[in-house]
Amino acid sequence: MELFMPVFIAVVLVFGLIKRVPLFDAFVVGATDGMRTLAKIAPTLVGLIVAVDMLKASGAMELLCNAVTPLADTLGFPKEIVPMVLLRPVSGGGSTALLTGIYKDYGPDSFAGQVASVLAGSTETTFYAIAVYYGSVKVKKIRHTLISALSADFTAAVMAVLTVKLMLS
Amino acid sequence: MMNYIFGAIIIISVICGILTGNGTALADGVISGAKDSMELLMTMAGMMMLWSGIMEIASQGGFTKVVSRALAPVLRKLFKNVPKDSKALHYISMNVSANLLGLGNAATPFGLSAMGELNKLSTEGGKATDDMVTFVVMNTASIQLMPTMIGTLRQTYGSAEPFDILPCVWISSACALAVGLILSKLLRR
Repeated sequence: MELFMPVFIAVVLVFGLIKRVPLFDAFVVGATDGMRTLAKIAPTLVGLIVAVDMLKASGAMELLCNAVTPLADTLGFPKEIVPMVLLRPVSGGGSTALLTGIYKDYGPDSFAGQVASVLAGSTETTFYAIAVYYGSVKVKKIRHTLISALSADFTAAVMAVLTVKLMLS
Repeated sequence: MMNYIFGAIIIISVICGILTGNGTALADGVISGAKDSMELLMTMAGMMMLWSGIMEIASQGGFTKVVSRALAPVLRKLFKNVPKDSKALHYISMNVSANLLGLGNAATPFGLSAMGELNKLSTEGGKATDDMVTFVVMNTASIQLMPTMIGTLRQTYGSAEPFDILPCVWISSACALAVGLILSKLLRR
């Protein structure tokens, strides 16, 4: 799996050559875009990482985690991830802040770190997507959208634990 | 929404920190949080720019269109009510392809156009049609093949194999998407 990145890059470059894309020019355009995206999320991330660090330092995060421990244990769910599961559908930046917190405290290759990674990779900011898409066509009655979308998010959380348990540890 | 979450997190932290006697740690948290977040952004910047550059090459080569053509038959089955001459299906498949390839910035405009087209087919303004529900549910699930942001973050924090989570991500997104789509069909009334 460690060759995944270099091989993926090579495949894209060969594809670009065949399609006569000006490789380096395109790369520079994209990289500039990447920088712009980063600059755009920077203020959000600074604000939310500070907020999450405060939540952890104050002991409030521990209280929250302890409060849900019985439920998390019954479901076989690492309790360190619970805040992220709750925040994930609501705020992309907030859950990224929690994700980096988990990496920092437990390491990206720990069980909690792996489950959090899979969870982050298999879910989206549900409420944001709903607001943007329905807002654009002024639809207010969204019927069964929310229940379907949140059930999908819950499935992703359960599957993240299951797949990491079965395939990685 | 974000305003309340941000405010609530900080106010709860301060109150809780004072009540539990974690005042000093709390003050440290503010300073280290601000410093850490900038460090994180700096370490991520290189990888983010590299990936965006590589994906732009794929995008300019028409990768999205290739994938989109491959997906069209499946999507046509999923959106049966959409007439063949509507542009909706074209936008939907471009949106789904861009999402698969992790081109979030490109996916949203296609998605908005798709919603616009689906809205033209709607007979009841202000109410979501079956197809709109299916389409939005698809967009609330993550179908990205290469979660580059997470890979980059994992690498930044010293993961031995940042991408070893990929198979788990694929399986769990596929299950989540399946549940979302099945419910979006079952719960129609």
